[in-house]
Amino acid sequence: MIAKKILEEHSLTEKEYERIVELIGKDPNITELGIFSLMWSEHCSYKSSKIHLQKLPVTGKNVIQGPGENAGIIDIGDGLAAVFKIESHNHPSFIEPYQGAATGVGGILRDIFTMGARPIALMDALRFGPVTVPKNKSITEGVISGIAGYGNCMGVPTVGGDIYFNKSYTLNPLVNAFCLGICEKDKIFYAKAEGEGNPVLYVGSKTGRDGIHGATMASAEFGENLEEKRPNVQVGDPFKEKLLLEACLEVMAKNLIIGIQDMGAAGLTCSTTEMASNSNSGIEIDLDLIPQREEGMTPYEIMLSESQERMLLVAKKETVKEVQEIYAKWDLDAVIVGRVTSDQRLKVKFGGETVVDIPVQAVVDMCPVYRRESKVPAYFGTNTQLDPIPAPEDYDGTLEKLLSSPTLADKQWIFRQYDHMIQINTVLLPGADASVLRIKNKKSGLAMTLDGNSLYTYLDPKTGGKIAVAEACRNLACVGAHPVGVTNCLNFGNPEKPEIMWQFQEAIEGIAEACRVFNIPVTGGNVSFYNDTEGISIYPTPVLGIVGLVRDVNKSIGPGFKQEGDPIFLLGMNKDELGGSEYLKFIHDLENGRAPQIDLEEEKQLHQVCLDAIEKGLLRSAHDISEGGLAACIAECVFFSENRMGCTLRLQDPMRSDSLLFSESQSRIIVTAEQGNKDVLIQIARQRNVPIQEIGRTGGKSITIYHNRDKIVDLSVEKAYTIWKQAIPDHFQIQ
Amino acid sequence: MSKLKFGIVVFPGSNCDHDTYHVLKDVCGQDTFYLWHKDHDLKNADCVILPGGFSYGDYLRSGAIAKFSPLMQELQEFAHKGKLVLGICNGFQVLLELGLLPGAMLRNKNLKFLCEHVHLKIENIQTPFSNRGKRNQVLRIPIAHFDGNYYASQSVIDEIKANDQIVFRYSDENGRITENANVNGSMENIAGLINKHNNVLGMMPHPERASESLLGSDDGRIIFESIIHHFANIR
Repeated sequence: MIAKKILEEHSLTEKEYERIVELIGKDPNITELGIFSLMWSEHCSYKSSKIHLQKLPVTGKNVIQGPGENAGIIDIGDGLAAVFKIESHNHPSFIEPYQGAATGVGGILRDIFTMGARPIALMDALRFGPVTVPKNKSITEGVISGIAGYGNCMGVPTVGGDIYFNKSYTLNPLVNAFCLGICEKDKIFYAKAEGEGNPVLYVGSKTGRDGIHGATMASAEFGENLEEKRPNVQVGDPFKEKLLLEACLEVMAKNLIIGIQDMGAAGLTCSTTEMASNSNSGIEIDLDLIPQREEGMTPYEIMLSESQERMLLVAKKETVKEVQEIYAKWDLDAVIVGRVTSDQRLKVKFGGETVVDIPVQAVVDMCPVYRRESKVPAYFGTNTQLDPIPAPEDYDGTLEKLLSSPTLADKQWIFRQYDHMIQINTVLLPGADASVLRIKNKKSGLAMTLDGNSLYTYLDPKTGGKIAVAEACRNLACVGAHPVGVTNCLNFGNPEKPEIMWQFQEAIEGIAEACRVFNIPVTGGNVSFYNDTEGISIYPTPVLGIVGLVRDVNKSIGPGFKQEGDPIFLLGMNKDELGGSEYLKFIHDLENGRAPQIDLEEEKQLHQVCLDAIEKGLLRSAHDISEGGLAACIAECVFFSENRMGCTLRLQDPMRSDSLLFSESQSRIIVTAEQGNKDVLIQIARQRNVPIQEIGRTGGKSITIYHNRDKIVDLSVEKAYTIWKQAIPDHFQIQ
Repeated sequence: MSKLKFGIVVFPGSNCDHDTYHVLKDVCGQDTFYLWHKDHDLKNADCVILPGGFSYGDYLRSGAIAKFSPLMQELQEFAHKGKLVLGICNGFQVLLELGLLPGAMLRNKNLKFLCEHVHLKIENIQTPFSNRGKRNQVLRIPIAHFDGNYYASQSVIDEIKANDQIVFRYSDENGRITENANVNGSMENIAGLINKHNNVLGMMPHPERASESLLGSDDGRIIFESIIHHFANIR
C-alpha cells in the first residue's frame, strides 16, 4: 500500500488507488501515479459532474460534434461550420492573474484551432471581488491585461463577455474564456491516433517545469499555502502560439495529418492517452526525444508539465517530411517522438528504459463516476423573505447611484484594452446585447453572448439556470440572431459538500429544461468545481455561451435609439420582483429575495416576435431588460444612441415606483420603431400573445420618467452619462 | 484601368495581413499577394505594404527584430528608388526601426493598449496616399496599439514640419487638434508621417478597418484609393 501522504499530494483517495491497482494489475510507479492523479482529477475526469451533465440535450440536426472532443461544432450553412467552446482558468488566475488569464485564453484558442478552425472571436466571463479592495483591483487589472496581452498578440478579437463584482469572488475570482472559429465543414480534424506505426510528432514550444499539477490544483480548494502554488501556474507566449496557429492551419489545409490534439491541462499525459483512447489504439513515446528547455527533467515532470503552445499530432509516414518543413518555416520544433501502436497501452521510455506501461482505457475511461450526496441548503427558502424596504425619496439620485455600480457602469475602460476589431468582422461593437461578426463575402453572420447571473442562481439554482439560457437567447434575439448552439462553464464550490452538489444538480436541470424549450443543443463546455477558499464557496455561477446565426448581417440592430421622436415600446410585462436585483444589492445592501420568475414558453414567444420584427426591418433598436431593470435599460439605450438623445417615458402601474423601475423581471425587451411601423409591430406581438405597450418617445436632452402622471425621474443625459462613463475608470484611478 | 500590384509583407506575428489583403483584393479589386519575410522577391509590386500586428511578438521593441528580416534588404532598395511603401501600425514601427522614417514610438501615455475609433485630420493632400482627400478633411478610423506615442527630437520635429511631412493628425470630429483627441500622447498629435521624398508613409491608425461601411466607417478607403489614383495619373 502506498503512503497516505503521497496519495494526498496526488489528490487520490484510497479507494481510487485500489481501483487503479486493480485496473493495471500492479502498483503504479511514481510517474504512472502522476498520470492517474491528473487524468482522474475532477478537472480532467468530470467524476462528480458526469452523471448530471448527461441530462443536458446534446443532439440536433446541425450538430457536427457534440461534447467529448476539443470543441463543439455546428453546421451553419454555406458549407461552413462554427467551432466553439468555453473553458475556465479560475484557480491559476487567483495565484498569478496575468498569466492565469493569458494561458486561459491560449488554451481555449488551441482547443479551437486543433480542430482545423481559424479562431475569429474571443469572449470572457469574469467575476471578481469588490473593486474597492486593493487585492481585488490588482487581480482584476492583471486578468484584463493578461487577456489583452494574449488575445491581441494572437490577432483574435475579444468582442464581448461580461464582468461582475461581488464579495463572493474575493478569494476565488472566475475567468471563463470562450472562443469561436470557422472552418469548412468537411475539413475538420479530430484527436485521433490511427494506423499502426504512424509517426507521433510533438510540435511547438519546448517543455519546461511550468504548470506541473495545474489540473490537480484546479480540483481542490485553496488553503493557506497559496503562494507556494505559483509554479503550478503556466506561463504563456502568444507569439509562439501565433506561429503554431499558422503552421497547424497550413498542414491542415494541405491535409497532411491524421489527427491532432493540443497539450492543455495534463499536457503530454492527456494528449497521448486521449488520442489513443479515441482510436482504440495505443501510443509509444520516448521522452529523450521531447524538446526540453530545462535540464534534468524527470519522466514525471515531462509527462505532467503544462508548458504552453504545444500540440501532439499523428502524421502519415509519407507526409512527415513535409509536415516538418512547414513547422520549420514557422521556426517551430516538429519532432517525431513516438508511434501509434495497436496494444491499447501507453508506453513511455526514458533513458532507454520503459518507465510507463499502462492501459489507455484505465486512464481515460475508467475513472470512477460519483453520485455525490446532495442536500437542500439551510439558506434556501429563508432567503426568499424580503422585509419591507423604504422607498427612495429621490429617484434621480437613486438611478444615478445605480448607474455608477461597477456591474452596470460603462465597461469601455476594459474593452478598449482588447483589440475587438482585428480580422475586420466586428459589426456590433462591445456594449451591445450580443456581439455580431460578419462572415466575409457572405450575407450571414454569427452572434454570440455570455450570460449568467450568479445571485439569481444562489437564490434559486433551477431558476438561475433557466434564466442564464433565456437571457443569452434574448440577447441574441435583440441583434437578430437565432440561437444554434450552447457551451457552458459551470463554476461551483466543493462538490463534496452536499449543499453545493444540490446547487449544481438544480442549475443543470434548469439549463437542460431551457435548452429543450428553446431547442438548442449543448455542444460541450467545462465544469470548474472547488471554487472555495478556507471553506467559503462562491455563489453558484453557471456561465452560458450561446452562439446564434444572423441570416442577413445588414439587418442587425443595436441597443441605442436611432432617431428623435420615435415611439418606445415595451415587449413583455413589468412585475413587482425586486428579489436578487442590483437595486437591492447596491442601494440597500441586500442579496436576498425571490429570484425573478420565468416562463420559458412566454420567453420563447418574445424572442420570436423580436426576430420577426427585425427580419421585416420594422425595428430601429432593441435592448433587453436585465440588471438594473427598466430604468437602467432605458439609460443604456440613451447612452448608446448616436447623439446621446434622451427620452420621455409615461408609465401607468399600481406598483411602487422602485419596483417598477428596478425589478429585474424576465422576458422584457425595449424596442423603438418608426411611427409608421407601429401597427404591424403590434400585430406581430399580439399574434404570439406577447404583451406590448407604447411607453414613451425618444428625444430631448434628459431622461424623464412619469409614473401615474408623477414625474419621478428627470436626469440630464450628460450628467447621467458622465457618472456611468467615469465609474470604472475612477475605480482604477485612470483618466 | 488595369489592376495595380499590391504586395503585403508577412512577418512571423503579423496579424492584419489578411485584413489588408481582403480590402485590397475584395473591396478595391486590385491584384494582391503576400510577400514572405524570408524571401528576397517583391514580385514586381507597385506598392508594398507593411501590415499591422505583433511581428516577433514585439520582443525587444515593436518592429525592432523585423528590420533584420531578409526581405527588408529589397524593401530598402525599393524605397530608395522612390517606389511606394505604406506601413500601418506595426508596419509604421518597422519603418521607424529601418530608418526609412524619422522618430520613434513610445508606450501610449495611459500605459494601456487602446482600441477605439479616432478622428484624423488630413494635413497634406499632396502625397500618393492622400491625394483623394480634401484639405482639412476629417476621417474616422480605428486605432489598436500599445506603443503609438510618436516621439522625435525637437530638431526632427521642426524639420518634418518644415517639409510638410505630417500627413495625418489626431483631431476631434471637427478637425480641431486638441489634447483630448490625442489619446496616445503623440508629439504634435502625429498619427501619420511621410518621408522627405514623398514615397514612404507610416500611419498608426488602421485604414483597412475602415474600408467597409458595414463595420462602422469607410473613411479609410481614401488612402487606398489615393494610391490607385496616383498610378492612374502617372500612366
